[in-house]
Amino acid sequence: MDGLDLDIADGEIFALLGPNGAGKTTTVEILEGFRRRDAGDVRVLGEDPQRAPRRWRYGIGLVLQNASDMADMTVVETVRHFAGYYPDPRPVDEVIELVGLTDKAGKKVRTLSGGQRRRVDVAIGVVGRPRLLFLDEPTTGFDPEARRQFWALIRRLSEEDGTTILLTTHYLDEAEALAHRVGVISAGRILAVDTPADLGGRSSSEATVGWIEHGETRRLRTGDPTAATLQLAARFDGPIPGLTVTRPSLEDVYLDLIGSPR
Amino acid sequence: MTTLTSLTDESPATAPRVVREPSVWRLCLSRAGVELRQFFRERTAVIFTFALPVVLLILLGSIFDKQFAAGGIPSSQLLAAGMIAGGIGSTCFVNLATSITSDREDGTLKRLRGQPMPPIAYFAGKVILVLVTAFAEVAIVLAVGAIFYDLPLPTDAGHWVTFSWIFLLGVTGCALLGTAMSSVPRSVRGAAPIVNLPFLVLQFVSGIFIVPITTLPQVLQQIGAVFPLKWMAQGFRSVFLPASAAVTEPAGAWEHGRIALVLAAWCLGGLILCLTTFRWQGRKDG
Repeated sequence: MDGLDLDIADGEIFALLGPNGAGKTTTVEILEGFRRRDAGDVRVLGEDPQRAPRRWRYGIGLVLQNASDMADMTVVETVRHFAGYYPDPRPVDEVIELVGLTDKAGKKVRTLSGGQRRRVDVAIGVVGRPRLLFLDEPTTGFDPEARRQFWALIRRLSEEDGTTILLTTHYLDEAEALAHRVGVISAGRILAVDTPADLGGRSSSEATVGWIEHGETRRLRTGDPTAATLQLAARFDGPIPGLTVTRPSLEDVYLDLIGSPR
Repeated sequence: MTTLTSLTDESPATAPRVVREPSVWRLCLSRAGVELRQFFRERTAVIFTFALPVVLLILLGSIFDKQFAAGGIPSSQLLAAGMIAGGIGSTCFVNLATSITSDREDGTLKRLRGQPMPPIAYFAGKVILVLVTAFAEVAIVLAVGAIFYDLPLPTDAGHWVTFSWIFLLGVTGCALLGTAMSSVPRSVRGAAPIVNLPFLVLQFVSGIFIVPITTLPQVLQQIGAVFPLKWMAQGFRSVFLPASAAVTEPAGAWEHGRIALVLAAWCLGGLILCLTTFRWQGRKDG
């Protein structure tokens, strides 16, 4: 990591984006207290994760990548076990309901699908009523429907309980749908931090107006798409064939930022 | 127990919930519950663990059945007493090494590290698992020994006291070495051969399969004498066989003092190895 400055506010959903190997997981693991940093100052819930007492973890929830533990325990046994580590856990049935596994509560974790297994991870992550929840690539391998359900769950945690959420993801639509702010990280450095709508000057950048003229697709980049469209309308004296007006997508901005050719 | 007042402000109208911090003792028991359930639900592993010494005892016993060692002791009884040590080695050393390797690989250790769990709770859970399985294993081997080979069960307290300290020192030493061994394999798939092969050789040179131990070549006996298994087997023979059977031992005596010394030394060495080599994270976690 190379000089990464980041402040995440209470109650915020913050998404950390970046290519594989950019340092997302390393950053998160430092914040989670799993990894020692070489230098710099880190404060999570007011403590240095490297030196924080055990009780500091009462306020932290983790959803890690690639866990396949507790395979021979049932869902309800698993959630109950992890509830036992916290002084004021949520009721076990309530958590299982929250992640939508009520009808699987008595099933062994081994028998669940990948997406259901991930929801058990989320249940473990939130059972202790964390103030801060870390989600490391939470929806990898989900089908589209499961992802929507998962997003709804995360929004609910944020809105109803005021849980602060730090999320890493590959999926730009996920960041756009969930996060209040996103940070783009590459080669261990933060390249930009902004709201998904404004990242990389997205909302104020040039738009592309496209139309069809003499059987060819024409494109015009402009800072004022309204004026350009009006001019075109005047020129055609009526409907503009094949009219499109597009702003750069979050993906375009992201790929620009990490310096990848589109 | 400390009481905390919850700081969550989701229900400001009601009085703050008074919440209790979980006690370390309760977390130890909770871990033990998970360990025992996970172990006994893995049917094939359970059957393998408990059936292996029994099968070996019956197969090898059929070879030694009509033979008598010096002092008129049936060889099958020497075998049965020694197999108790083999059973403890397999439940404590082999199973524990494999299960911790698996905990490291499947994310158990990482997840627990991220919980407000005192590390002692994890190890307490393993200790209870190992004590329960070792105890069951010994009971099964003793039952087979008594039924098939008339292995005499002592009726006086003195022999059972000897049994207890050898059992405890043996279980402790094997469990600590198993824990240290868990850092060696790179994956669970590699764990079975890496842990089982040395253990198989060790059982051979410790006179678990071949009785009396003095029939083994000198060199092998000397290698066996470096490790705890041989001394555990010798100790258990002293518990279940008459005093006259001591002539079948290399020294011609039970050597209780030396057994205690060697086992205690391995417990200490195993503990140092654990403290210096134990890793909460797997290799791929960096």
